[in-house]
Amino acid sequence: MLTRNKLVLGNKTVKDITEDICAPIEAYPSKGWLGLFTTALSILIFYMIILGTVIGKGMGLLGVNHPNAWGTMIVTFVFWIGIGHAGTLISAILFLFRQKWRTSVARTAEAMTVFAVMTAGLFPLLHTGRPWLDYWLFPYPNQRGPLWVNFRSPLLWDVFAVSTYATVSMVFWYVGLVPDFATIKDRAKNKIRRTVYGALSLGWRGTAKNWSHYEMVYLLLAGLSTPLVLSVHTIVSFDFAVSGLPGWHTTIFPPYFVAGAIFSGFAMVVTLMTLVRIGVPEFKNYITLDHMEVMNKIIMATGLMVGYAYGSEFFVAWYSGNPYERYVFFVSRAFGPYAWSYWTMITCNVLIPQVFWFKKARRSIPIMFVVSIFVNIGMWFERFVITITSLHRDFLPANWGNYPWSFFDGAILFGSFGMFLTLFLLYLRFFPAISIAEVKPVLPVGQNNKGGH
Amino acid sequence: MAKNGIGGIAGIWTDEHAAIKAAAKTRESGYTKFDAITPYPVHGMEEACGIERSWIPWVTFIMGLTGLLSGLLLTWWTSAVNWPINVGGKPAFSLPAFIPIMFELTILFAALSSVAALFYATKIPRIDPPTIDPDLTSHKFAIFIPQNDTGYDEAKIERFFRDLGASDVKKVAEY
Repeated sequence: MLTRNKLVLGNKTVKDITEDICAPIEAYPSKGWLGLFTTALSILIFYMIILGTVIGKGMGLLGVNHPNAWGTMIVTFVFWIGIGHAGTLISAILFLFRQKWRTSVARTAEAMTVFAVMTAGLFPLLHTGRPWLDYWLFPYPNQRGPLWVNFRSPLLWDVFAVSTYATVSMVFWYVGLVPDFATIKDRAKNKIRRTVYGALSLGWRGTAKNWSHYEMVYLLLAGLSTPLVLSVHTIVSFDFAVSGLPGWHTTIFPPYFVAGAIFSGFAMVVTLMTLVRIGVPEFKNYITLDHMEVMNKIIMATGLMVGYAYGSEFFVAWYSGNPYERYVFFVSRAFGPYAWSYWTMITCNVLIPQVFWFKKARRSIPIMFVVSIFVNIGMWFERFVITITSLHRDFLPANWGNYPWSFFDGAILFGSFGMFLTLFLLYLRFFPAISIAEVKPVLPVGQNNKGGH
Repeated sequence: MAKNGIGGIAGIWTDEHAAIKAAAKTRESGYTKFDAITPYPVHGMEEACGIERSWIPWVTFIMGLTGLLSGLLLTWWTSAVNWPINVGGKPAFSLPAFIPIMFELTILFAALSSVAALFYATKIPRIDPPTIDPDLTSHKFAIFIPQNDTGYDEAKIERFFRDLGASDVKKVAEY
């Protein structure tokens, strides 16, 4: 007989769940957390100084120049926004598919989405070069005509897509947090904690009538987030695909970008979850090896999709008979000055995840941690390959030029991790990292005698 | 649940199945204004309490449609009416290019209004509302019958709750 594995290990009761998940919030932070937080905060401060310098001096500090008008900022923007997509996939799409295992990872994955989108959102705003004029991106009645934004531009679609995505995923995340904040409030021993979490809980009391509306709204938000998340990376890919540049101008871009986003996002979820499991050992009963294995399977599946897209790009370049397309793929990308980045990408994204064909590798924490790091590296390089190798050699050899990578390029990439990790560590400290109200109903799964369904 | 709260009596259970059974019995006994308080959405509680399907999807649908039309109106009016600009020879009203904007505004309006409707329906945010027992957001389940319900009789209800296996019965001054 095919039995289901338990979603929550360790014979927990409903009360144990509350206590286990609230424990990291109610205890004094551990030395490990303090150490990581200090490091992350230092990187964030470094990042702020770097960004301040770039804003003050100008974009010329980065390598962006003719012909590579897009560089680190756009590459890293696409990288971070893609990371965010796995969170929405887990919280919304897997919810619609009734995948109950999602409950214990959904909260943290959604937090990752929100922080990744925040980190990503800065880049296009700064990339304009004059961030103090960024409000021009929105169509508002103004005294310059009124001069409206160009709604035919994919860059403007991106403004709407990313801002909607940021808003809706934050709201979705917060709605999920409300009942858990009420739990923390009711457990609070001191007045400040009670007041703060009481305010955050918005006075939630969990009556059956309220839960009925709440579950409906959760379903609606999941249903709305699902097409939204697919649209966001589709529109990000339009930034490239709608142009006429060989290497960008392909119809495969939307599904290819979405698959890549989910691939990289799941890798980041695995990276963070392995760390959370080390930091809070009690969570191993909630985020079990079964959870990790399922995510590794998704990494391998989406990795194969991405690999298929890489192959398809070459096939179409050859089949189209277009000499510029053929040049970009068969000469410039695979064997040109940036061949090293192309083959790094292939190694990290296509070859290394193949170890997940073996069950032992899928269930080994050290192996999955290493693979997830490689996938993160590979997916950053994918965006680098797409952006730079297409731009650096276009139609006219007189236009050619390499990307002069500067200290500031590296500092911005490095610093963005400081911002993300600072937010994420604060979240682990102050917010319930597993959804208390969502895990309780899946407690009976796998315990057939207790009415599991 | 009036704004300033109402008194009543609450039975508390420690088992979810017992609480569902109690809710069904309470409903059968003719109480109409009672409510169940649970730490998480309990499967089957809606049926036991006789709660109707939420009306919020109507808000979502209508506001989603509003968002779609706002997107169309915004792009059409700014690009084709107020100040048409020739961009690469494309028509002033280039509908295919406006679809992403219309789509995003549909989602934005629908999502935010659904949450606003949730706030309205569940009467949040509320500042420090009275609670019956702090464990009701953790591991206990309650059924609350307000004093203005039909056939309200404290002694009778207390006996009724005890017979249904309530671990505790509390008189609530305000909820």
